[in-house]
Amino acid sequence: MPGASRRGFLLGGAGVALGAIPTQPLAARSRGEDPSPAPHTGDDTPSAHGGGVNGPAFRGGSVDHAANGFHPGKILRDFDYGKVSKLADGRVLREWEIVARDREIEVAPGLVFPAWTFNGRVPGPTLRCRAGDRLRVRIVNASAHPHTMHFHGIHPAEMDGVPGVGRGVIEPGGDFVYEFDAEPFGLHLYHCHVGPLAEHIARGLYGTFIIDPPQPRPRADELVMVMHGYNTTFDAQGNQLYAVNGIPFHYMHEPVRVKRGELVRIYLVNVLEYDPINSFHLHGNFFDYYPTGTRLEPSEFTDTVSQAQGQRGICEVRFPHPGKFMFHAHKTEFADLGWMGFFEVTG
Amino acid sequence: MTAARTRGQLPAWILVVATLATVAVAMTALVLAGSRSLPERLGPPVERLTVERTVLSPGVIELVVRNTGPDPVQIAQISVNDTYVGFTGSTEPLSRLATDTVRLAYPWQDGQPYLVSVLTSSGAVVEHEIPAAAETPATGGGLLALMVLLGTYVGIIPVALGMAFLPALRRAGRSAVRVLLALTVGLLAFLAVDAAVEGLELAERSGGAFGGPVLVLLGAGLAFLALTAVDRFLRSRSRRRAGDSPDGWRLALMIAIGIGLHNLGEGLAIGSAYAVGELALGTALVVGFALHNTTEGLAVVAPLTRQRPSLLRLLFLGLLAGAPAIVGAVVGAAVDNTALASLLFGVGVGAIVQVVIQIAPSLRNHAGKIIDPAIAGGLAAGLLIMYATGLLVAT
Repeated sequence: MPGASRRGFLLGGAGVALGAIPTQPLAARSRGEDPSPAPHTGDDTPSAHGGGVNGPAFRGGSVDHAANGFHPGKILRDFDYGKVSKLADGRVLREWEIVARDREIEVAPGLVFPAWTFNGRVPGPTLRCRAGDRLRVRIVNASAHPHTMHFHGIHPAEMDGVPGVGRGVIEPGGDFVYEFDAEPFGLHLYHCHVGPLAEHIARGLYGTFIIDPPQPRPRADELVMVMHGYNTTFDAQGNQLYAVNGIPFHYMHEPVRVKRGELVRIYLVNVLEYDPINSFHLHGNFFDYYPTGTRLEPSEFTDTVSQAQGQRGICEVRFPHPGKFMFHAHKTEFADLGWMGFFEVTG
Repeated sequence: MTAARTRGQLPAWILVVATLATVAVAMTALVLAGSRSLPERLGPPVERLTVERTVLSPGVIELVVRNTGPDPVQIAQISVNDTYVGFTGSTEPLSRLATDTVRLAYPWQDGQPYLVSVLTSSGAVVEHEIPAAAETPATGGGLLALMVLLGTYVGIIPVALGMAFLPALRRAGRSAVRVLLALTVGLLAFLAVDAAVEGLELAERSGGAFGGPVLVLLGAGLAFLALTAVDRFLRSRSRRRAGDSPDGWRLALMIAIGIGLHNLGEGLAIGSAYAVGELALGTALVVGFALHNTTEGLAVVAPLTRQRPSLLRLLFLGLLAGAPAIVGAVVGAAVDNTALASLLFGVGVGAIVQVVIQIAPSLRNHAGKIIDPAIAGGLAAGLLIMYATGLLVAT
């Protein structure tokens, strides 16, 4: 591809609606007024950890989770059940307030991504309820761009969160309450549905939506894993970074800690944009897989699943052996670009 | 300093100083007022990086990057063939035109292509292609010795061989010499076009921080002016000195300088091609260049058919035309800077154009016309010979 290489790449070239870019230079908007990255390891070898034959690696420590305002280690087991009350007919009512907000997050050491977020985090909060609950989700649009919340599930058309139907687009400064019943039980997701759709999702406006079955699933150590990416050039041609729960390679340095022999349930969601297929592969083990979680019987016993955009499923697994076990996309290019991590089995 | 001072007129130097002071004051005012009255640039920062040098050693890829854009650039992460790699260097933002070296840990394989993607702090990507990885020769004494040898093979020896035709040329008549000079012009014209194309291609790759294609033109212009000045100096000297028809000698000297400047660029191309592992050093290359450059030796001695220059003078001419190939090869292998290379190619072009202008008057026939059938044939032959021998050199 002559011409494709050696090009001085302009950030936000043809792929961005230019009106959407804040008119201040990026450096001036970066947090703390200090455009330089976090201090790097003073190692004089090119690779302080990993790299080369030891697998992929980033340069320099980790991102500033505090400045980002969220932490992949916490997102993992962070379930938001909403504000719970009872309706007159005795049904459970759950209420949430979700704020759409533009903010810059450090997605790799020294690399700032101008994200659009739900509640300031990528992925957005994991909303959880039980089948039959009444749900009220109030969106407050504090972003500079129009957004909606579109939930997967069964609900009336006017609650679908798409432009031109019901309330339609929520303009900046606007708000709206989506109200519907929780059905069907299973593992779902929500995301913004304003056009250009791919960009509104890829910027970070997505999250997990879990509807528990009427009879609770067996007790387990439950984890949420949202697979996604960052197209930092906004050219809509694939992604520069791939991750689970916000930060590439995070669980390589801070492994997911689980107990030996305990049932582990992973709510696995794929909201990757610009690449058709994502996958999940677990080392040294096999898991029961429940596609979409809408049936209580697993469809297969496997160590690898593929998910297209918007697909999701529940993985149930017990770790018989202690130690560190990798998990990553078996689309290995994604693994090398950030989508990989470790389980650490103890006890 | 004999300023004619008539009454009521200031001396010239006071006028100059006053004008300069006025300009300085106006400029200062413009800086203070103008910068405030103009708006900030809208949109995101413009981030451009150019990789100026790639050094491959086992398990490590080293890149020398230059910021060729208007805004500072901070390198955040780097991936090679879609794998993020650990690296050192460039921890501070790179200001405009500054350079930095990054060392990447990557187990590259011989002969394979690699695409290095540099992510800046804003998420922009700059890509650098390594078409076929090969270990970079260490720039030690061994490499420099090799480059000297190579420069001698492709520069000095062929030129000397070409000059050896001088006795044979002396037997030829006046019209044969004219045709031979035409042949020389053909050769040189081909070299000029070839070097211009090569230089422009290189400049295209240099990222344009130092002007890109303008560099070739700058080099050509400067070389042309410098050679013209040298020529005028030689003319004024030869007029003062009685001697044997100095014209031929002067012309030979000019041609030698022009070809020498051209060979500087050619040596540079050879050296840098070798340094990045893109050159097959083999018999074909040496023989090709030798044939190609033998014609250059012929061009140098063509104006000397009427003189009896000493062997020392001939040796001097040969070194003048051939030795720059050695300098070029050494510099090319050690520096490998595309901007510098395109400038030097430009120098070669300018030099040759000047030399062609020098030779042109000697082509006139008795009727004072330059182009007649014989001359046209000579010119065409020169072009074709260069084209054909150029085919032998595949770089």
